[in-house]
Amino acid sequence: MPLKKIDVENLNLYYSSFHALKSVSLSVAPNRITSIIGPSGCGKSTLLRTFNRINDTIEGIKITGEVRIDGSNIYDDGYDVDALRRKVGMVFQRPNPFPLSIYENVAFGLKIHAMASGAVLDAIVEESLKDVLLWDDLKDKLRRSALELSLEERQRLCIARLIAVKPDIILLDEPCSALDPIATLRIEELMVELKKKYTILIVTHNMQQAARISDDTGFMLLGELIEFGITSKIFTNPAMKQTEDYVTGRFG
Amino acid sequence: MKSKKILDTVIEKIIFCCGILAIVFVVLIFGFLLKESFSFFKDYGIINFVTGKLWYPTSAPPRFGILSLMAGSFFVTLGAAAVAIPLGVMAALYIAEVAPVSIRDFLKSGVELLAAIPSVVIGFIGMVTLVPLVRTVFDLPTGLTAFAGSIMLGFMALPTIVSISEDAIRAVPWNYKEGALALGATRWQTMYRIVLPAALPGIIAAVMLGLGRVIGETMAVMMITGNAAQIPAGIFEPVRTMTATIAAEMGETVKGSMHYRSLFSIGVILFMITFCINFIADLFLHRMKR
Repeated sequence: MPLKKIDVENLNLYYSSFHALKSVSLSVAPNRITSIIGPSGCGKSTLLRTFNRINDTIEGIKITGEVRIDGSNIYDDGYDVDALRRKVGMVFQRPNPFPLSIYENVAFGLKIHAMASGAVLDAIVEESLKDVLLWDDLKDKLRRSALELSLEERQRLCIARLIAVKPDIILLDEPCSALDPIATLRIEELMVELKKKYTILIVTHNMQQAARISDDTGFMLLGELIEFGITSKIFTNPAMKQTEDYVTGRFG
Repeated sequence: MKSKKILDTVIEKIIFCCGILAIVFVVLIFGFLLKESFSFFKDYGIINFVTGKLWYPTSAPPRFGILSLMAGSFFVTLGAAAVAIPLGVMAALYIAEVAPVSIRDFLKSGVELLAAIPSVVIGFIGMVTLVPLVRTVFDLPTGLTAFAGSIMLGFMALPTIVSISEDAIRAVPWNYKEGALALGATRWQTMYRIVLPAALPGIIAAVMLGLGRVIGETMAVMMITGNAAQIPAGIFEPVRTMTATIAAEMGETVKGSMHYRSLFSIGVILFMITFCINFIADLFLHRMKR
């Protein structure tokens, strides 16, 4: 049994009266890519968004059960949500760089957490941009607005801004759905590179993507986690009938 | 069938005339202002007019220097800005970002109600409540000062500043905020590092429009600021604004006289100032929309 980075136990989530997640339990191992697949509206993004509690901002939401990260339940009273979000970073479906300069985007997290300043800050910005392979292209344009970048560059910048604060876990919510196939492939390569340092969870409706990059895969349907296991097994020899129907393209 | 068509054309023409009429009036008003003021500038000199410190329109020889009046308007507007900008932007931030829905609606209608109070009522309330208070608290010979005027005018600028700033703040895309929160920013850090800078063009436009209203405001300032045509040494002295001068003196002048035309000239200067302010506000509003 590998170490558990994230341990979800009997998680239920309601949007007012809508039961969006039904008794979900799963464990995520460190330094692996775990993908969550399923048809639209199955709750996969909702599940991902419970791990950094970004769902908390929605009115009328109710959550029961436990999500333990490194052993402590993040839904305990008094849990430091801001510290959690520094540790568990998120990349969104639409690249959302801030309307600031490229440099300020990457430095944002470091500044708000007072983690670095001056030359140290410059060094971390450089290192983060190198990690996402943007440094060579952008090193002379750091003062330019991030909104001038292409979609792929924006998404890379969003990842750079995340890894600058040295998270443990990176959540990606359909990170390539706004990108063209070539940009998608390059982001995927980046993810494989990043898993050496981080635990990665990705939500995707692109099954090929899940098959290509992930070590473990979970299949969700109507708020339930139907099956969870090693990616190759889910795609070639699933235990459940619904999983088989979905991965073979019979619905979804 | 044919009568329907005729009716259609007639209505179209009427609507066209109404639309054109608005522009015609503006042009006529501006033309009238310019005509009177040009003849005044020719007689008195525009430089003497704008840089002269003395406003004695009825002494012999008359002096028409509006520097003290411009200083009065400037002081009162600056003071109103100091009151209205922090208060207005904070209120907008609270309404747009913090307040729960029920309180938000309540506050919004409250702010709109504030805009509906006639300026003479604001002036009157200031006169009987604020002015005596200012006099006793600061131990002044009179409470009719630029300071009291600034506070009341700040309240008049508030509705514009709050409602337009609030629109600008709410127009900041949710995914910016989400991105900041997901990096572990607190609500306040998200507001002042991301939301406020992103909404800044709209907020500047809001401030400009609010201040445009303050500069053009007449009734309340006339009642509260003391109307002494002198360059004030500080905010606790009486001042007289350009608007109050026109309103107070127009009734006493002889039509076509130097004094009469000088008041029109003040109007032209005022018009140019408010035009510039509105123009700047418009530039920022366009930038926000882009």
